[in-house]
Amino acid sequence: MTHRGSRVLRVGSLSRVEGEGALHLRVHGGRVSEARLQIYEPPRFFEAFLRGRAYTEPPDITARVCGICPVAYQMSACAAVEDACGVSVGGQLAELRRLLYCGEWIESQTLHIYLLHAPDFLGCVSVIDLARTHRADVERGLRLKQTGNALMELLGGRAIHPVNVRVGGFHRAPTREELRPLYERLKRAMDDAWATVRWVSRFDFPDAACDEDFFALSEAGRYAIAAGTPTVLPGDGGPQRAFPVRDFSEHVVERQVPHSTGLQSELDGRRHLTGSLARYAINGRLLSPPARQAAREAGLGPVCRNPFRSIVVRAVEVLYAIDEAMRIIDAYERPPRPSVEVPPRAGTGHGATEAPRGLLYHRYTLDADGTVTDARLVPPTAQNQGAIEEDLRRLVQGAMDDGDPGDTELTALCERVIRNHDPCISCSTHFLELTVERV
Amino acid sequence: MSALPKLAVWKLASCDGCQLTLLDCEDELLTLSGQVEIAHFLEASSAADPGPYDLSLVEGSVTTAADAERVRHIRAVSRRLVTIGACATAGGIQALRNFADVEEFRAAVYARPDYIETLATSTPVSAHVPVDFELQGCPIDRRQLIEVITAHLAGRKPGIPGHSVCFECKRRGTVCVTVAHGTPCLGPVTHAGCGAICPAYGRGCYGCFGPSSSTNLPALIPRLRTDGLDDRDVLRLLRTFNAYAPAFAEASTALDRDEGSTP
Ligand code: SF4
Ligand code: SF4
Repeated sequence: MTHRGSRVLRVGSLSRVEGEGALHLRVHGGRVSEARLQIYEPPRFFEAFLRGRAYTEPPDITARVCGICPVAYQMSACAAVEDACGVSVGGQLAELRRLLYCGEWIESQTLHIYLLHAPDFLGCVSVIDLARTHRADVERGLRLKQTGNALMELLGGRAIHPVNVRVGGFHRAPTREELRPLYERLKRAMDDAWATVRWVSRFDFPDAACDEDFFALSEAGRYAIAAGTPTVLPGDGGPQRAFPVRDFSEHVVERQVPHSTGLQSELDGRRHLTGSLARYAINGRLLSPPARQAAREAGLGPVCRNPFRSIVVRAVEVLYAIDEAMRIIDAYERPPRPSVEVPPRAGTGHGATEAPRGLLYHRYTLDADGTVTDARLVPPTAQNQGAIEEDLRRLVQGAMDDGDPGDTELTALCERVIRNHDPCISCSTHFLELTVERV
Repeated sequence: MSALPKLAVWKLASCDGCQLTLLDCEDELLTLSGQVEIAHFLEASSAADPGPYDLSLVEGSVTTAADAERVRHIRAVSRRLVTIGACATAGGIQALRNFADVEEFRAAVYARPDYIETLATSTPVSAHVPVDFELQGCPIDRRQLIEVITAHLAGRKPGIPGHSVCFECKRRGTVCVTVAHGTPCLGPVTHAGCGAICPAYGRGCYGCFGPSSSTNLPALIPRLRTDGLDDRDVLRLLRTFNAYAPAFAEASTALDRDEGSTP
């Protein structure tokens, strides 16, 4: 093993993540002095051009922040606009929203598990490569993903940027009969979901633990998806605490700093992590009985802090989303109207929901006639960046301490660490393209 | 050694939705992988073949000097270049800056706008390099994507008709939302491809596939007014996902002159 005093590792283009980014690592005398996830996704200025738009537009417009989790954007946008207008959407319409969101969870989490993440554990470069040795597994994954898409297509009109969502509810609510075939399909998908949990739980997981504060929504009586209260589970074993969505900006503070590639986000002054690991730790006991059983069989305790095992938690969440979608369809009664009236008024509204990748917050300020005068979007990846960088620093340091690996190995490790967190770089509503001085 | 044609997928400023459409072709994905070699597709694979490629699919618009450079490189290493989606074909939603002051946008979003590198405009790929085919949609339609890929593999012209969403409503048997309910709808001027989803869900088309080959916006705008939209609403409708597509941009700019307000 050669020990070089100082070196810089650059991974030019991260693959199998959503969006594009690069990594910059600086090592000095065996110490990792810097691990920086560089986002070179160009800024798209959503927050700027949302100003001047009608209050009915954010759901369709912000969906275009990310093709991988458009429903999350639509749901957080609806919640924030409705909050500004003093309207709350409940009953079957809220259930339908949760159902659509289940479709996105199934589709998006399966995409991550099979197409982006599993190849890492099985030494493959892509899902196509994986299909050569694990054809049946890949086919199962594609089937599952298709089930999520089918749900989104029926309820939303299409799977990417659904057209049926509006402020106040939906343009059209399905009939019970229309949903029925989906129930049968979900029931069959349950077997695939179980097989997925078993498959991923047998992967080989490196030892690792993150110590960030976990951050997720929590809701009384059920696993939070489309609504809830922001809740923090401190990494140091302190007591869990919660705060109202309207106080989000007081707690989650984003700062733009030079020589960093993204906005640095802190929760009450500390690094935090949002997403599956956080959701599971905060809400795990509220999973449905089959999902709880799946978690148990997969060997997950009440809290999982190993980022490599996030793939197992995702698989459990897919199983839960299927179970939950079946429950909603089973109890569904078509509401008399597909949406409630949302008259505009001047004010500021806040909305947060659980995107597959974690908590997504929107805030809008409206004029009396409903024109948006200010908008703010805080996506999960922006919040997780600090935690991902810390994970990189820690795991690379560990690898260096065990004997200095070569650049190829180190690159592979870093890419795995990043994919563990499923960063959605497209949602870089305000990541930076930055010119950095490099050694 | 495989002699399969090489496919590359690229991304500029975009939401990833159009390339995800390729991964959403679940039924065709594994078959397709037997017919083409997916040589470069960062979202799906960490194997990167330096090219040249037989077919490049490009998603996203050009918003930085570096991307303008990249698009020239992509052209140079691709036998055929097809743009996928409203971003790559018309500048996408990020082209809203083309009607505004990008300096002001920068300052509105970032505390330190001076750290942000961006061009004043978001432009389609065709503004930079010759393009062999443009597939419209935000997002593109999966059936149309498969047609474009197979057509290029077979060396024939893709069968993508240029007519409007209205044709698809008729084919689907959807009752016209404008005629029946007076719902404002961009269907008559919007490119077919989605299968007329919105009217089937009881809403008017909002133009996500961009202009059809022969649009007549001056004829449609009075109708949109009758159906209850004021000029500001029409302006917003045209300035969304395909704002910089010539037919939409011309009509909205004319309205903007009359109206004097910018959404
Ligand atoms: S055209 Fe629409 S769906 Fe496609 S990348 Fe652009 S924003 Fe996304
Ligand atoms: S907006 Fe128009 S083109 Fe887009 S999905 Fe709806 S009907 Fe189709």
